[in-house]
Amino acid sequence: MVRHVIAPAADLPSGERLVAEVAGRKVVIFNLDGEYFGLFNRCPHQGGDLCLGRTTGLVEAGDSPGQYNYSRRGEILRCPWHGWEFDIRTGKSRAEPGRIRAKTYDVDVKSGSELFDGPYQAETVLVSIEDDYIVVEA
Amino acid sequence: MNVELPARPKPESTINRPVIADCDIHPCLARPADILPYLPKRWQEHAMTYGMLPRHGYQSGPAYPKGQPDAARLDSWPPDGRPGSDLSFMQAQHLDANRVELGIMTVIAPAAGAAQNLDYSAALARALNEWQVAEWTSKDTRLKASIVVPYEDAAAAAVEIDHWAGHDAFVQVLLLSRTAEPLGQRRYWPIYEAAQRAGLPIGVHAFGYGGYPVTAGGWPSYYIEEMVGHSQCCQALLTSMVIEGVFERFPGTRMVLIEAGLAWLPSLCWRLDKHWSRLRDETPHLRRAPSNYIRDHVWLTTQPMEEPEKRKHFHDIVEWIGIDRLLFATDYPHWDFDDPLWAVPVKLDDGARQALFLDNAKALYGRR
Repeated sequence: MVRHVIAPAADLPSGERLVAEVAGRKVVIFNLDGEYFGLFNRCPHQGGDLCLGRTTGLVEAGDSPGQYNYSRRGEILRCPWHGWEFDIRTGKSRAEPGRIRAKTYDVDVKSGSELFDGPYQAETVLVSIEDDYIVVEA
Repeated sequence: MNVELPARPKPESTINRPVIADCDIHPCLARPADILPYLPKRWQEHAMTYGMLPRHGYQSGPAYPKGQPDAARLDSWPPDGRPGSDLSFMQAQHLDANRVELGIMTVIAPAAGAAQNLDYSAALARALNEWQVAEWTSKDTRLKASIVVPYEDAAAAAVEIDHWAGHDAFVQVLLLSRTAEPLGQRRYWPIYEAAQRAGLPIGVHAFGYGGYPVTAGGWPSYYIEEMVGHSQCCQALLTSMVIEGVFERFPGTRMVLIEAGLAWLPSLCWRLDKHWSRLRDETPHLRRAPSNYIRDHVWLTTQPMEEPEKRKHFHDIVEWIGIDRLLFATDYPHWDFDDPLWAVPVKLDDGARQALFLDNAKALYGRR
């Protein structure tokens, strides 16, 4: 596993997403209220670009008919083609979680000084090492 | 740092994509007024002053939007206009990227054939046909058009078919599935007669405005009910075509059912044959069992196809229908688009793939 430094954490506000190329693959990175998640930018159903999907919550039946629960606001991604719903936290599809799931990537936030400990890092890459950075393992 | 904004995706590599025919592509007007230059002045005034009254009750129509805005893939919006309205965008995103060698266009909106004002229906159909040639087929020879006809006025529809017969751009006559009466009835026969004369298949695309509920049981509450209602509608119209004797009377008729599913066809055939064997003398004009006519005269496009719980059962469905009667379609740019690489739920052998994805369409839509 190699750690890829993607962007300053400040570039990805909560509720937003960005697309990064990680080891030759496009990964969509989400900030859910300070927690970061990565999904391979390709719908496992037929290949739609997940980065273009809308985020929603979950609408589910409540305890009795006529009751509905709306939860997970902003944590569900709908594919821009067929509308398959994916849990941004796990990559699992809502309809067939066992069979259809988006590939996930571990995303972390590290301070610049943590990232800056190796002897081979070029000092010019990180302009200001006090900031936090989004890091993807792949 | 390699930050990228969510931008328009580049087409994927096309290396592994086989060349295909796509039998259901929807070009559309960027703006409703874009059709005006193709209409005579009298109908321009009408369009701007009154618009089109579809054959429909006093409500706006079936569910809309359908699943996604403008019923389209979210990534199919060109920089200016609606999904399907920009040829160069369609070329880059679909025709080139998916290696479409033959693309059959089906203009379903505006639904000119469903206009209650039959003179406007005919004028709008002619305008849409002129527009297809001017804006699409003359600019990209991969694209072929379907003749939009004022199908509720079959005499006028026959005039439209005769007008375009022999024109390179047109390979099919287009009807919509929701009509004033079941499609086999005599009022529509001039259409089949003209199509036979022109040597063109009749494509029946799901949707339109028949004035009746969009499911066989009445007006539904949910869009998903309309989606599965298409198969009911097409079962009814196909039954009518067979039982009224259209295929007996116009033996050159080749009929393509577009976007209505396919797995229901074998069961309809079995059911028709069973009843026909007991009720044969009610319809003595039929010389053969209903399934016989269907086998000889009917094709189906794939998208959106049924996906059996056990995938291997898809092979059974294909066997019951006949691989030679299936035509691959994407429905681009609509939201339920089928990607040619991933849409078929089973692995077909090479011969079947070649037939389904290319050869059947070339044989059906090629010049006779």
